[in-house]
Amino acid sequence: MDRREFLRLLGIAAAAGMPLNRAGAADEAAYDLPAFGNARLLHFTDCHAQLNPIYFREPNVNLGFGSMKGQRPHVVGKALLEQAGVKAGTARAHALTYLDFETLARKYGAVGGFAHLKTLVDRMRAGAGEGRSLLLDGGDTWQGSGTAYWTRGKDMVGACNRLGVDVMTGHWEFTYQDEEVLENIAAFEGEFVAQNVRVSEEALFEGAAAFDEDSGHAFRPYTIKTLGDRRIAVIGQAFPYTPIANPSRFIPDWTFGIRDRDVQELVDEIRAKEKPDAVVLLSHNGMDVDLKLASLVTGLDAIMGGHTHDGMPIPTLVSNPGGKTIVTNAGSNGKFLAVLDLDLDEGRVRDFRYTLLPVFAGMLPADKAMADYVAEVRAPYEDRLAEKLAVTETTLYRRGNFNGTFDQVICDALMSVKDAQIALSPGFRWGTTVLPGQAVTMEHVLDQTCITYPETYARDMTGEEIKLILEDVADNLFNSDPFYQQGGDMVRVGGLDYVIDPTAAMGQRIQDMRLADGAAVSAGKTYRVSGWATVGAQSDGAPIWDVVAEYLRDKKTVRVDQLNTPELKNVGSNPGLSDYTA
Amino acid sequence: MLTTRRLILKAALAGAALAALPRTLLAWPEAAFTSDSADKAMQELFGSTATTASDAITLTAPDIAENGAVVPVTVATSLEGVESIGIIVSENPSPLAASFDLTADAVPEVSTRIKMGKTSDVVAVVKANGKLYSTSKNVKVTIGGCGG
Repeated sequence: MDRREFLRLLGIAAAAGMPLNRAGAADEAAYDLPAFGNARLLHFTDCHAQLNPIYFREPNVNLGFGSMKGQRPHVVGKALLEQAGVKAGTARAHALTYLDFETLARKYGAVGGFAHLKTLVDRMRAGAGEGRSLLLDGGDTWQGSGTAYWTRGKDMVGACNRLGVDVMTGHWEFTYQDEEVLENIAAFEGEFVAQNVRVSEEALFEGAAAFDEDSGHAFRPYTIKTLGDRRIAVIGQAFPYTPIANPSRFIPDWTFGIRDRDVQELVDEIRAKEKPDAVVLLSHNGMDVDLKLASLVTGLDAIMGGHTHDGMPIPTLVSNPGGKTIVTNAGSNGKFLAVLDLDLDEGRVRDFRYTLLPVFAGMLPADKAMADYVAEVRAPYEDRLAEKLAVTETTLYRRGNFNGTFDQVICDALMSVKDAQIALSPGFRWGTTVLPGQAVTMEHVLDQTCITYPETYARDMTGEEIKLILEDVADNLFNSDPFYQQGGDMVRVGGLDYVIDPTAAMGQRIQDMRLADGAAVSAGKTYRVSGWATVGAQSDGAPIWDVVAEYLRDKKTVRVDQLNTPELKNVGSNPGLSDYTA
Repeated sequence: MLTTRRLILKAALAGAALAALPRTLLAWPEAAFTSDSADKAMQELFGSTATTASDAITLTAPDIAENGAVVPVTVATSLEGVESIGIIVSENPSPLAASFDLTADAVPEVSTRIKMGKTSDVVAVVKANGKLYSTSKNVKVTIGGCGG
């Protein structure tokens, strides 16, 4: 009912040709959710340190195979709108899909921004009633912008304290040095929870600090929150593959993993000892992993997830031997605030309502105190961030299983500046979007590249080594068992075309690799390859943002006509694929 | 209390060092450890390659190894009469990674670190009352990076 009402109002606003990037009475009403139940959980995730409103294009390629085919989150474009019952062209459709992106982005304006999010959070809290709501942050909050990098995440800790985050878990938070992570957690006024981060036995032996020396938990595994006369347990699940997908050298004492058996033991222990009315997992597993975990573990009422940046408008109900678990994923870049209203009875969830609210900056007035804070933390860096490097004629974006246009610019910059035949660039799912006609600023480049291991390289690799890298990343994305997936998208390539059969076994997926001139890549031959974000050891080249900036200053105008996206084999018709050209 | 635990651990390690006897004095199953296939190792160690899959064995290992050079593995079982526990990494050049002989009073739970060259099934084989039982789990070894 509530969702339909929201849609109706957005529809009215759009039909009336109202400029939705200016707050009006109808827009305000769109954010009035009717009260339901006795506890409200607010959830945002993967904002990647975007303090100000941005544009973010959702993917047109998010493939799933086997049991995952056609299932959320592997549904894009019109297929997703159909599943969600959302009309194309509406503000909500724009928030959820890439469809008609440029036109609708201009019509509905930028999304997210902490000042606008703050207004929405406060409104949702007021709607739930005093002391009856929680604000959960799924992580990937303290990284992703120039200011987060320069302040080592501290600008975001301050913003989250002002936003009123009650509980959080993490992933990219762990890409600062371990003592910086601990400082940030100490400065964070909410609770940082992670059942699956343990101090290694070796480190414990050497006297490393732990939340619980006996269990080895590096951080508090869960917390109990009281909402009115009801109590909710929130368990933290950090990204299980942090020391594999990101450098372990920053956090040598900590070991991760999914630890599904430990989740079950913890849920059983909490249910027996604390007797809460609901148990929720605040997860950074990624949605496919969450769906599998929900099918294995009993006693979880909900898994509120992130990592895979899937803005899913409807929750998925997963059956397990103990009942059903609600699985949600709340998108990225500050675009969405999820609202899970629970009707709690003694020790159980009687009923629930779930709404994924897009945060349209133009429809939510900025919170003054938060806006002032954001301006203040950015002030020392504004000049550097604002530098106009070039103007783009093409929409620049990253998100999707294969190369986005911004990735292509990064790869082209690497090949050009580093004098390489082939470029490799990581398939991160964060990075904001630039509209045609906009200036590409240093801030945009930093939004796409700002990590704590940004060094570039150019070195010789054999064709066999290049194939091995592509196969390895493809298996992280397309392994038929979600527990063996790491999230993230396929490594982006420049100067290289290939065919991929995502359904094939590891080692067989990548075929027919060719250079830009059409020459076949041979296993024994050596090629000059440039890249960045090396996880194993630090590379020696300039930071990637300097390489891309140099390229853009020189180009002045950006136009991407051709993407090095692979030709797909054995994919056929798949609801996770739309408007794709190889 | 923390100090106490560390002292106990250190004492235990010292004890283990003292108790380590030269290989020649023990029944070191060299042929099993140098076998180049899982079947040969099984044959050498247990005299058979036939095992019964068992839910009574719990094999704890990561889905994806954080470091292939030191993959933590724990095998525990509720089976009675356990004589030995073997850990086999099918795809390793020498698949037999560890073999523990247990006395009758020992709690059948062992932990160790194994080295894995590439993605492989890890098989826990338990010999109990003269019979062989097993369970396995695929552990992925990846070159890492590119996580979103």
